[in-house]
Amino acid sequence: MLPATARVTKFLQGTPSVAFREFRPAEGSCRNLTRQILMSPGSTQQRAVEIASVTHRYGERTALDAVSFDVRAGEIFGLLGPNGGGKTTLFRLVSTLIPLQSGAVRILGHDVARDTHAARRAMGVVFQAPSLDKKLTVAENLVHQCHLYGLAGRMLHERVAEMLARLRLSDRRDDRVETLSGGLRRRVELAKGMLHEPRVLVLDEPSTGLDPGARADLWEYLRLIRKEQGVTILLTTHLLEEADKADRLAILDRGKLVALDTPESLRATVGGDTLALESDDPDALAAGIRERFGYEARRFDDVVRIEQPEGHRLVAQLVEAFPGRIQSVMLGKPTLEDVFIARTGHRFLGEERAPTETKKRRHAG
Amino acid sequence: MSLTAEPATDALSRNSAESEPLRERPWLVVWTLCKRELTRFFRQRNRVVGAIGQPIIFWLLFGAGLGPSFRMPQVAGSETAGAPAVSYSEYFFPGTLSLILLFTAIFTTISIIEDRREGFLQSVLTAPISRWSMVLGKLLGGSLIALVQAMIFFALGLTLGLHYSLTMVLAVAAFGLLCAFALTALGFVIAWRMDSTQGFHAVMSVFLMPMWLLSGAFFPGEGLLRWVMAVNPMTYMTAGLRHLVYWNVSDSAALLPPHLPSLTLCLVVTSVTAAGLFALSVRMAAVRTTGDLL
Repeated sequence: MLPATARVTKFLQGTPSVAFREFRPAEGSCRNLTRQILMSPGSTQQRAVEIASVTHRYGERTALDAVSFDVRAGEIFGLLGPNGGGKTTLFRLVSTLIPLQSGAVRILGHDVARDTHAARRAMGVVFQAPSLDKKLTVAENLVHQCHLYGLAGRMLHERVAEMLARLRLSDRRDDRVETLSGGLRRRVELAKGMLHEPRVLVLDEPSTGLDPGARADLWEYLRLIRKEQGVTILLTTHLLEEADKADRLAILDRGKLVALDTPESLRATVGGDTLALESDDPDALAAGIRERFGYEARRFDDVVRIEQPEGHRLVAQLVEAFPGRIQSVMLGKPTLEDVFIARTGHRFLGEERAPTETKKRRHAG
Repeated sequence: MSLTAEPATDALSRNSAESEPLRERPWLVVWTLCKRELTRFFRQRNRVVGAIGQPIIFWLLFGAGLGPSFRMPQVAGSETAGAPAVSYSEYFFPGTLSLILLFTAIFTTISIIEDRREGFLQSVLTAPISRWSMVLGKLLGGSLIALVQAMIFFALGLTLGLHYSLTMVLAVAAFGLLCAFALTALGFVIAWRMDSTQGFHAVMSVFLMPMWLLSGAFFPGEGLLRWVMAVNPMTYMTAGLRHLVYWNVSDSAALLPPHLPSLTLCLVVTSVTAAGLFALSVRMAAVRTTGDLL
């Protein structure tokens, strides 16, 4: 499965908007895509979600500071940030759970503030915290959800059966949700979010609490619905490796948008290779490197980082120049964490803020 | 590991779904949320037992314990003066009915706090539905549960020698439903902004229990207390039930305590209370705030 996944990712990276169009002839489900294009208001047809200078405050604290970006139709868009970075607030605004304070959010052209119902109908929402009624069975949960979206009768039963089959839940349909594992519950959540066939799916930290197998299943499903139904996917994550799988990424830190591009392009901006040197006296080492080589050397905890082209040539020079002062050297291609550091000047983890963090932990359990 | 069980075909066989665009069906929302409420309640047996068991115990114990010392206040000059026409068990019977309605109605609306905490509410709040249909579904579900419990207890009236008839049972059920609706709406208004059930229990003991005690359910009011009771909407619910219990008795005046509000007044006050509290519930639920999340 992995090679295929890698291929798809490679294929999509770099040319997401083109990729959307290229799906059409290949997949034999043009109708869904045509519908998507036809129903989108003219000028915004390539933009599934528009975030325009959104600012949000909780009392004194600014959770989002003039954030603007667009999610293109048919792409998997990741919203990456450390906990407390503002991505959950943005998710709540987009999903219409909380009202906008300033700025605008549009889902397929429907303004969430003025045209709330149309915007809600256009998107499916998968929450981080479970939204299932544990006392009800899997099927009952889905039936209720259908009713909320105006689905009834034969169509409802077809749709529920189809979603159950698609997410391999058919044999659990009459089990109460409280008896399901975390991975299965998340699948029911996905089924619930997709029941009314939305063209935009918004997910908050979808892989929280999932084991690696369930995570792979989740991504397989997301790619499948994007491919077959042209569903645009917007998801938040605080996991760097997960963000790497998105077509495009927005990185939020302390409420500000610090980067927006494909993961590949973002990594390319860091340039060259990354060297991480472990040392007992990192400050002295960093100072020494700056003095001797003139490189930008930054210290994080007990690690000194350098970004330079042709990093492998540097390894020998550095170790010779500082005998006994370097305990280990790690040479690598820049990761998204390097991107994050380059843009914000601080590490990705270790910047968590207490209030939102405690809330998240409760849901994560 | 494949999720692609039957992908290619179902994407094409979806004609029906697209020819008929989805639209909001508020009454379907009311029905589905109401049904969910009932399903949940009857799956949690301890809740069923708790909500009806306690009032029955109250009724039996107070009936036995207070019976000997209870004397129905009499209207001066009445023919039956001096003779205890109504036993305490009988006096307390409509009061217990209103207690069951109150308990069950309140306990079912507490579940709005659980809905919020357990996350179910999130997906209802982000669905393209009108908030009034969400509120009405919740309240109707709670009201029906309360009514079922009250009617089970109502059958115990046979032991008191009450005269039952179909119209009488229907009248009690109809008025009981109205009372239950008003009480669930009251519970909703209290619970909507609450983040813990503990807070609710505090309200229960300092506000709701006294409200019931001062409704003429437990004792008929006299003197100053009567004026307090007159402004308590629950007085009219209990009084209405008291009237209806004697539906088939031609001369029921002798069985009723003095100064009991008339049935018409009871109906009017209870309807107005129910409508007012429902409107307030919808209004509160329509405001989106960060508090919707906890």
